[in-house]
Amino acid sequence: MQLTNRSKVVVQKEMTMAEQIYLPAIFKGMMITISHFFKKKPTINYPEVKRPIAPVYRGQHVLKRDEQGRENCTACGLCAVACPAEAITMTAAERKRGEESLYREEKYASVYEINMLRCIFCGLCEEACPKEAIFLTDRIVKVGTERDTFIYGKDKLVEGIAADQRIDVGKRGGAHRKF
Amino acid sequence: MELFDLLIKLALVVAVFTIALVIAMYSTYAERKVAAFLQDRLGPNRAGPYGILQPLADGGKMFMKEEIIPSKADTFLFILGPCIAMMTACMTGVVIPWGNTLIIDGKAYIMQVTDINVGILFAFAVVSIGVYGIMIGGWASNNKYSLLGAIRASSQMISYELAMGFSIIALIMTTGSLSLRDIVEQQSGFHWNFLYQPLGCLLFIICAFAETNRAPFDLPECETELVGGYHTEYSSMKLGFYLFAEYINMFISAAIISALFFGGYNFPFLDKIDAPHNVITLIGTAIFFAKIIFFIFFFMWVRWTLPRFRYDQLMHLGWYVLLPISILNVLVTGAVTLFRNGQFHF
Amino acid sequence: MSVIAFYILTVLCIFSALMVVFSKKPVHSVLYTIFCFFNIAGHFLLLNAQFLAIVHIIVYAGAIMVLFLFTIMFLNLNAEVEPHKSNLLKVAAVVCGGLLLLILVSCLKGAENIPVNPMLDTQMGMVKNLGMVLYNEYMLPFEMLSILFLSAMVGAVLLGKKETK
Repeated sequence: MQLTNRSKVVVQKEMTMAEQIYLPAIFKGMMITISHFFKKKPTINYPEVKRPIAPVYRGQHVLKRDEQGRENCTACGLCAVACPAEAITMTAAERKRGEESLYREEKYASVYEINMLRCIFCGLCEEACPKEAIFLTDRIVKVGTERDTFIYGKDKLVEGIAADQRIDVGKRGGAHRKF
Repeated sequence: MELFDLLIKLALVVAVFTIALVIAMYSTYAERKVAAFLQDRLGPNRAGPYGILQPLADGGKMFMKEEIIPSKADTFLFILGPCIAMMTACMTGVVIPWGNTLIIDGKAYIMQVTDINVGILFAFAVVSIGVYGIMIGGWASNNKYSLLGAIRASSQMISYELAMGFSIIALIMTTGSLSLRDIVEQQSGFHWNFLYQPLGCLLFIICAFAETNRAPFDLPECETELVGGYHTEYSSMKLGFYLFAEYINMFISAAIISALFFGGYNFPFLDKIDAPHNVITLIGTAIFFAKIIFFIFFFMWVRWTLPRFRYDQLMHLGWYVLLPISILNVLVTGAVTLFRNGQFHF
Repeated sequence: MSVIAFYILTVLCIFSALMVVFSKKPVHSVLYTIFCFFNIAGHFLLLNAQFLAIVHIIVYAGAIMVLFLFTIMFLNLNAEVEPHKSNLLKVAAVVCGGLLLLILVSCLKGAENIPVNPMLDTQMGMVKNLGMVLYNEYMLPFEMLSILFLSAMVGAVLLGKKETK
């Protein structure tokens, strides 16, 4: 049965004189390579020129604060459950009196760690989060030479309180999200 | 004026040596650039503008690397190998005529280190000795891959030297001289030898590829089957010498090809230019270097186009194809020469 | 100048020739042979025979010794596995060597009386003159030699050919 008309029957025909010399074939090949010599190169010189990143690019995580500067995360653990790479660990703690300006809910994560070597940046943590606390951003995780440096604690994950230290999560956060 | 002559020669030797080294240095850069461009890439472009300081960075890296001599290696020969490779690569430059005469103080100085009357044979002899560098290095490493590389190198060299020698003999029959200078002088204007010896020219170029161990004849160091070939055990600057020697060989081969078959420092309409003798000489030298650079580019162009031969194909090509064709070429050239001289009697 | 060069070359030549015999490793022997050939080429140069010198290097150092080295590399001969030679062989070798020495000495003794021609042409060693002499005066021996080589080649091909039954 013939599936496509691209199939070719193998023939072992004698090579012609021109084919046996090989030089015409070599010449043809060299013309092909030289034509590539003058082609425009598709290379992008990375640090100077950057490719535009997709709006849904999933890079380094951020733990968001609300408008009053309180941490959104309530240490429910849904992100850790959702994580297929088991990269997220956390320890929950109860909010003390006087810490209302720091944490939005009565429970918060005293330790929140993401192992960036395990993380596959799938974004399931973001989808699992009921409090709009964790988001993936367009930032790139920095390289390091020690394994320890890839375990990101709250010091690296939580965004700053000041307006200029807030990290924009673009279209990800906000009202359009359906829960 | 004895001393002045000596100084001129000394300056010429130093200049040839420096130019050979600088061109070889930038051939490494050019190789990477050409390879990249032929493959739609940009190549090294980080060290300096367009990456032109890349050879310096590579050289610095080579010097900094740790020197390793295998404990079971023959230490003396292990060091001697790259020395011979480098030395023979640098030696051929002395017989190549880099330009016509320069007239200083009414005295003519030829731009050639020495014009020995068997110049072409000298170049051939030095090339044939070059294989010892590879063989000794490969054997002294005490490593089976190195040994295989060395054995391949020697058998390849011997096989292709024959065809190369015959193509040179055919050329000598037409020129009637063994001196490279005479051969170049005869090609003034556009009487370039490749017009008279097209087959010999082709054979010579193919054999030059084989003698310099360049792709598609780079079996002695073919990385896919022999790790690194004869320089598997080498590191640091000793490896650098082997790699560098290959590029110097390429430069010298390009120079010899352009001197023997493509007119050397001659170019068409040379005598039409109304300029002082020295200026014309310098233009000729520049033209010669342009030809050399073109052939270096050609070497690279072929390397990044053609796949490597299989070993039996290599031997088949050398013994069953190139050798008979070159012998035929010698016979035809001899017959034609006799016929043209009117000495052909039936 | 050339006398000093002659003595240096001669000393190096004899030294390397002796080292060919005395070195333990066969590969070293081959390399000393090559070195010896270079010194002989130097002697040719001193005699103003440039063509002979270069051809000597191309043919002996560049081709024949490469094949020697090639074969010896294959054989994997080491100082440790060198086969023990019997005393009879040693005696035979000494006798043969002595006979060769005797012949050489007797030849050189006769050479004293050959008058050295001071008017010898210095251009004698050039390619053109050499070719003229070879293809005029010594035409017959030269062609005989090439036939000898041809027969050797035919013999080698015959030996290398597979027997078809």
